[in-house]
Amino acid sequence: MNAIPMPALAPADAVMPRSRLVRAYLMEARAECLRYLRAPGFLLPTLLFPSVFYLMFGIFLGRANGADASRFLLASYATFGVMAPGLFGFGVSLALERDTGLLTLKRAMPMPPGAYLIGKMVMALLVAAVVALILLAMAGFLAHAGLTFEQGASLFGIEVLGVLPFCALGLFIGTLIKGQGAPGLVNLIYLPMAFLSGLWFPLNLLPGPIQAIAPIWPAYHLDQLALSAVGLGQGAHAVHVLVLAAYTGIFLALAARRLRRNG
Amino acid sequence: MTHPDQVVARLAGAKKAYGKQVALQGFDLELRRGQLLALLGPNGAGKTTAIGLLLGLFRADGGTVELFGRDPQRIEARRKVGVMLQSAVLQQTLKVGELIALTASYYPHPYSVAEAAGFAGVQDLLGRRYGALSGGQQRRVQFAMATVGRPELLFLDEPTVGMDLQARQALWAAVRQQVANGVSVVLTTHYLEEAEALADRVCVMARGRAISEGSVDELRATVDRKRIRCITTLDWATLANWEHVQEVREENGRLVVVTTNAEVVVRRMLADDATLSELEVQRGGLADAFTELTREPGDTPDASIKEAA
Repeated sequence: MNAIPMPALAPADAVMPRSRLVRAYLMEARAECLRYLRAPGFLLPTLLFPSVFYLMFGIFLGRANGADASRFLLASYATFGVMAPGLFGFGVSLALERDTGLLTLKRAMPMPPGAYLIGKMVMALLVAAVVALILLAMAGFLAHAGLTFEQGASLFGIEVLGVLPFCALGLFIGTLIKGQGAPGLVNLIYLPMAFLSGLWFPLNLLPGPIQAIAPIWPAYHLDQLALSAVGLGQGAHAVHVLVLAAYTGIFLALAARRLRRNG
Repeated sequence: MTHPDQVVARLAGAKKAYGKQVALQGFDLELRRGQLLALLGPNGAGKTTAIGLLLGLFRADGGTVELFGRDPQRIEARRKVGVMLQSAVLQQTLKVGELIALTASYYPHPYSVAEAAGFAGVQDLLGRRYGALSGGQQRRVQFAMATVGRPELLFLDEPTVGMDLQARQALWAAVRQQVANGVSVVLTTHYLEEAEALADRVCVMARGRAISEGSVDELRATVDRKRIRCITTLDWATLANWEHVQEVREENGRLVVVTTNAEVVVRRMLADDATLSELEVQRGGLADAFTELTREPGDTPDASIKEAA
């Protein structure tokens, strides 16, 4: 054993050019999208649940109730649909990747900080956009919901951005749980929240206490914005946007804190 | 490569505990450029914690942790490092070429995907999905990912688990090629023959400390033991009571006697059993040294061999 202590010299660091840094973020986002687009277990339920529900309840059964009902259900099922890529794309995948060691490997590698989360966010935005487009196409071609182009475009914009609070919530859930139990637990949050926010049945048909607590849920606020986009809103847009932004910020901060502490 | 003696990674008095469970209690380690250091030790000895500290996965409770003279939690330090972790399950639906290209994108001056695939012998697998590969093929893909960034230091955590002998030797050749290019390597392994085949230096850990460090030969020499193998009518229990005899066991119909003084024991065995045949005397391997070094007071030797194997 050589006992002479040698100073650990710091040689000139290899500089990472900005273009390569940007490329690393893009590659991570691309890999994350490819990976989930090739995973039918994630993609099929995410795309099929909202579109089949909309087809059954919004188009076949809702036709008798007129265009208003069809637009109402379009907004609700689109909101229901974009919750999934956020909650599952972040919550379940983070819980699994913390368990399988992929997150540890990525942290050991010189992956640019943030690339992991931004990659997943791009994937969630993309899947949300696909969900929204499918429902809009069904509304236009099958339901004849009487949607103007502006209404469709603003619903699309709201639903795509509306995935973000659910990404943050999913991220936080993913830091709390680990492994194979994650999908079940996320469903325990996803499905009741959808029901309690009035996404399956209009809130005014539900018991009073459920109506009273609905503003707790982020899905309720996103749904209110979506309803406004299709001309069925009750105003107070700023409040809904603020609540959603606060949800995103708070859960992101909580998750970041837990990730820093526990990995 | 102007500093051949340069320290690329260092732990000095590193301490780490998880709650009340002490993982490292003042661990020292120094790795110089171009060296291959094997970290050996039974499960729970602190190998994983030592590597985790050097990769910046968590902070030490005390002591110094340096990677290229920097805090390993700085990304600049880790850009010179390639990693292969034993436990990681990679993205099953990505293709091999995509995984290597993604890893390459994290580094400033990576090799091409084809070059890295060549190091690991996975050129034929680039278009296959990772989840469809065998365990041994997945390990080779992970080796390609570890080397694609043109690292100066490689961390290989149990790199050949799940490989057959041929694949294992191919990976050893790939590791030697990296070392020949001036890359330093930290290797953890349960296969002592792997450390014997590759390592310049071996550090044996137990209970969160380095209990021995040196070259493979030095380590063998710390334990002056030889093995006598033969076919004999001598009684197992009798032999075990002889002077200089440390251990007696049976292997494939032969008796194996581990001893500190082969000459004396062999002479006495030949004298007592005229029919003794197939006599062999071997120097103790790294496994013997390892067993001796990591033996807990009151442990049977066999138990620690099993842990190491």
